[in-house]
Amino acid sequence: MWQRIRLEPSRFALHFAVLFIVALWTFPTAGLLVSSLRDKDQIAASGWWTALSTSEQSSQARTKGNADQVEKDGRFVIAGNLFEGDSAHSSLSAWGTNVNKPGANLPGATAELGSGQTLTVNADGSYEWGSATAFPDERGRRVFYVSSVPPRFTAENYETVLFSEGIGRSFVNSLTVTIPATIIPILIAAFAAYALAWMKLPGRGFIIAVIVGLLVVPLQMSLIPLLKLYNATGFLSKTYLGIWLAHTGFGLPFAIYLLRSYVAGLPKDLIESAQVDGANDFKIFRRIILPLSFPALASFAIFQFLWVWNDLLVAIVFLGSGEDQLVLTGRLNSLLGSRGGNWEILTASAFITIIVPLIVFFSLQRYFVRGLLAGSVKGG
Amino acid sequence: MADIRLTDLNKSYGAIHILKDVSLDITSGEFIVFVGPSGCGKSTLLRSICGLESITSGTLEIDHAVVNEVPPSKRGIAMVFQSYALYPHMSVYENIGFALENQGLPRAEIKQKVEKVADMLQLTPYLTRLPKALSGGQRQRVAIGRAIVRGAKVFLFDEPLSNLDAALRVQTRMEIAKLKRSMPKTTMIYVTHDQVEAMTLADRIVVLQAGRVEQVGTPMELYDRPANTFVAGFIGSPKMNLITGEPAARHKAHTLGVRPEHFELSAATGEIKGMVEYTEVLGSDSFLYVATPQGLLTVREEGKTAFKPGDTVHVTPAAALVHRFGEDGKRLA
Amino acid sequence: MLEQLVSALVTVVLGVGGCLAYFYGSNILLDRLFPASASNDMAAVRNLKIQSSVRPWLFLGPALILLTVYLIYPVFQTIWLSFHDKAGTSFVGTANYSWAFNDSQFRQSIFNNFLWLLVVPAACTFFGLVIAVLTDRIWWGGLAKSLIFLPLAISFVGASVIWKFVYDYRGEGQEQIGILNALIVWFGGDPQVWISLPFWNNFFLMVILIWIQTGFATVILGAALRGVPEDTLEAATIDGAGPFKIFWRIMVPQIMPTIIVVWTTITVLVLKVFDIVLTMTNGQWDTQVLANLMFDWMFRGGGDFGRGAAIAIVIMLAVLPIMIWNIRQANAEQKGGH
Repeated sequence: MWQRIRLEPSRFALHFAVLFIVALWTFPTAGLLVSSLRDKDQIAASGWWTALSTSEQSSQARTKGNADQVEKDGRFVIAGNLFEGDSAHSSLSAWGTNVNKPGANLPGATAELGSGQTLTVNADGSYEWGSATAFPDERGRRVFYVSSVPPRFTAENYETVLFSEGIGRSFVNSLTVTIPATIIPILIAAFAAYALAWMKLPGRGFIIAVIVGLLVVPLQMSLIPLLKLYNATGFLSKTYLGIWLAHTGFGLPFAIYLLRSYVAGLPKDLIESAQVDGANDFKIFRRIILPLSFPALASFAIFQFLWVWNDLLVAIVFLGSGEDQLVLTGRLNSLLGSRGGNWEILTASAFITIIVPLIVFFSLQRYFVRGLLAGSVKGG
Repeated sequence: MADIRLTDLNKSYGAIHILKDVSLDITSGEFIVFVGPSGCGKSTLLRSICGLESITSGTLEIDHAVVNEVPPSKRGIAMVFQSYALYPHMSVYENIGFALENQGLPRAEIKQKVEKVADMLQLTPYLTRLPKALSGGQRQRVAIGRAIVRGAKVFLFDEPLSNLDAALRVQTRMEIAKLKRSMPKTTMIYVTHDQVEAMTLADRIVVLQAGRVEQVGTPMELYDRPANTFVAGFIGSPKMNLITGEPAARHKAHTLGVRPEHFELSAATGEIKGMVEYTEVLGSDSFLYVATPQGLLTVREEGKTAFKPGDTVHVTPAAALVHRFGEDGKRLA
Repeated sequence: MLEQLVSALVTVVLGVGGCLAYFYGSNILLDRLFPASASNDMAAVRNLKIQSSVRPWLFLGPALILLTVYLIYPVFQTIWLSFHDKAGTSFVGTANYSWAFNDSQFRQSIFNNFLWLLVVPAACTFFGLVIAVLTDRIWWGGLAKSLIFLPLAISFVGASVIWKFVYDYRGEGQEQIGILNALIVWFGGDPQVWISLPFWNNFFLMVILIWIQTGFATVILGAALRGVPEDTLEAATIDGAGPFKIFWRIMVPQIMPTIIVVWTTITVLVLKVFDIVLTMTNGQWDTQVLANLMFDWMFRGGGDFGRGAAIAIVIMLAVLPIMIWNIRQANAEQKGGH
C-alpha cells in the first residue's frame, strides 16, 4: 500500500535513515554486551567500540635478579622474557628504563646503562642484560615498555558476578518471584474473564467498568496501605507469598481486560454448543475456553513475566534485601551504588538481568505484539 | 417419543418484543420448518425450545413436562448450529464424543457409539482430523453426527445450509431428508429463511413474521391455501402476484392473489391489459413482466415465449386457482 | 545452590498448586453438593440452577478479592492517610498538602514531571510514527522494528546501567569510555558530567524512557497505519497530494484514536516513572520526580506515610482524567455491541 507511494528523492536515503535509527537504538545495548565480555583492564582503558582493535598499553616489568646470571665470554648476562607469566601481551613497540621515558628505545636496540651495562629488549619481550662485572643485586631491574595488546575477550566477568557478587543467587530469587507471579494471575484472570464474558451475573457491566478504571491506577497509591497491611498481618510481610499476591493484584486489571476481550470474541455458538452437549461452565472453561485462548494467555504471560522480572519498586517494598530474597533488579541497583565504577561487574550483571527477557522477547515476539495490539488499539 | 407443545410463548428483551403469543403443537416424529424473513423471531423461537434463551412468559412442554426452566442439556435435544460450532481444537472423534464424555459414559462405550455414527455418516477416515482439515460438507456431517450420537429425541437445526455453496446445499438438503427418513421417531425442527428448503424438507411449515405465527400447515396447504397475503407472498417462487382494485373486485375480493403460473396470456383479449416490459427466457419456462394499471405482474409461460418487450398482452387469472383476500389481508373462504 | 534451587522449586509448586487447588476444589465441591445428575429430574434442574448462580462467583471470587485488597482498598486508605500524620494516627487536615506545596523538592518534582509529560509521550509518538512509516517501506523493516522494539523487554534498572555507561565521564585528558563523551571529544569538545548537569540532566534521563518506549509506539502505530484503507491513499494520490500531505492529511487523521491511546498509555507510564530516577541520580542534581519523592518519604526517617500518601494522591489526580476517559470509551464499546 504505502510502499507504492514513492517518497523521492531516493530509496538510498530511506535505507540510510532507518539504518541510522537502528544503530542509534542498538548501540547502547551493544556497548553493554561487548564490555561485559572484555578484559576488565581493557574496559577501563579504552572505549568498547575499540574492543576489536589492538590497543597500546604502557606496562612495566622487572628482569630477573643476579641468581640467574650466567657468565659468557667474560661477560655476565641475565636473559629472560618481560612477558613471562602474562600472555595477554603480544608484541612490544618501544621500551625504556626510565619511568618518564617508557618509549625511549625501539625493539631490538641496545641501550647503554652506564657502568658497562647494556640492555637489549626485543619485540617478543625477550631481553638480554649484560655487564662486565657480576651483577650485585638480588632484585632485577625495572623495564618500562609500550606493548600492543591484542583484543581479549573473557567470560571471567560473568564468573565473578555469578558466584562472588551474588547475581547467581539473585537469579534464582528472581525466578522464584516471577514464575508464580506469572502463572497465578493468569489462572485467576482467565476464570474471571470467562465469568465476565459469558456467565450470567448481576453487576457485570459495573465490574468491567471498575476494572477498566483500575488499569491506570498508579502503583504508588497502593504501596503505603499495603505496607501497613503486611506489617499488621505479619505472615505476608517480606515473604514470597506476599510478593506473588502483590504482583497478582497489580497485574489483574490488565490481565482481565486483555483476556476478557479475547474470550468474549470467541464464537458464541461454540459455548452454546458445549452447553447443549451437557458441559457445565467449569468444563466449558477447561475444555473449550482455555485451549482456544492460548494466544491471549501467551500474550499476557509474556507481559506479566517481563513486568515482574523487570520490576524494582514492588520488590524493594515487599521483599527483604537479604541474600535469599534480593532479586536481580534490586541487586543491580545496589551494585550501582557499591560498584559504581566497576564496569566489568555492572555490565556483566546487567546483561544477566536482561538476557532472560530478551530470550522471552525474541522467541515469543509474535504473541507479545499481539497482546500489545489487543491492549491498545481501540477503534483505530 | 417427543411431543412438543408451545403455549402462548412470549419473549422480550427489555422493551423489544421478539416472540408474541406463539402457540404450536408438534407431534413426535414430525419434521417442522420455521420459515420467515430475517428478524421474524424464528431463530429465537428455536433457541427458546433449545433452552439457550429463557422464556418471558408462556409454557414450553416436551413430552408433557414443562421445561421452561430446564437447562439445554437436560431437555433431550440436540442442536446443529449455523456455524456448526465444531470445537476447533478437538478431533472429529472428540467433537462427536464430547457430549457422551459429559454424560460420564465409559470410554469403551463412547468409542463404540462414536464409531457407529462415523460409519453411518462416512466419517470414519476423518476421525483423527481437526475440523479445519475438513471440507464444508464433512463439517456439516460432523455437526449432525454430534447430534445423532446423543440419541436425542429432538433435533434442532439453525439454518444449517447457509454456509454451503449452492451445489452442496442441494446435495446436503437431500441428505438431511434421507436422515429424517432413517430416524422416523425423531422430531426435527429446522429454521431457514429459504422457502425452497422449507417446501422440500418439511412435514409442516410454520411461517413467522414479526414474532407471530402467520400460518402452520403442510407445504401444499400453504401453497394452495395461504391464510393471508403475507404467507401468499412468502411461499412460492417467483412470488404470487397480489392485485388490488378493479380486477380484484371482479372476483369479489379486496386483494386477488394469482401465482405466475396461473395466468392465461393472450394478445387479443383478457381481463387485464398490459404491456410486456421485460422477459426472462430460461428454456424450460419463461417469465414475463407485464406492466398493468395495477402494477407489475409476473407471468410464467411454459417453454419459450412469443412475446417481446413492448408487446401489448392481456392476462386472465385462472378463476379456479385464484386466492381471494379481504381488506384485513386474511383469506376469504 | 542445589538446595536453594530445590527450595525455590518447592515454593513455586506450592504457590501455583494452591491456586489450582482452589479452582478445582471449589468447583468439584459445588458439583458434589448440588449434583446435576440427581435421582429425580426436578432436583437435578434445581441443582443446576443453583450451580449456575454460584459458579460465576467461584470464578470471579479470587479476582475480586485481590483487586479489592490490592487496589481498591488502598486507594481509599491512601486518601485517608494523606490527611493524617506520619504514623497515620492523628488527623492533620490538609497539612500534608500545604507542606507539599511549600516544599522545594516537591515543587521541583512537579516541574520535572511536567517536563517529562511534555517531552516523553510526544517524542515517543513522534519517533514511533516516523519509524513505523519508514520501516514499512523497506524489506528489512521487520528486523529494524524488532531491534527498536527490543529495549521494551529491558528493565528500567538494566536500561539505567546501559545508559550510565553511555554517559560515563572521565576527567579531561583521560580516554573517555562513555560513548557520548568520546564523541564530544572526537568533535573537539570538552567532556561533560551529563547526569549532574542541572536542568539538562532531566533530558538525559528522559532519553532512557524514550529509548524504551518508542518501540511500543512503533508497533501500535505501525499496525494502525497498515489498517488505513489503501484506496484513501490512492484517491489522495490521484487528487494530486504529495507524500507529506498524504501523511499529515490522510493517514494521521485516520489513526488519531490510536495516537491518543499511545499518548495516554505513555503518559500514565511517565507519571509512575521511578526506577530510572532512583538508579540514575536518586533525585539529586534537580532531577527529582513525584514517584521517587514518594518512595523517599515512605522510608525516609522511618517513613512519613502522611506525606507519602499526599504525594501519591497528586499522582493519582494527574491520572484521573485518563481513567475517566478510558471508562467512558469502554462503556461506549460495550453498548455498541459485543
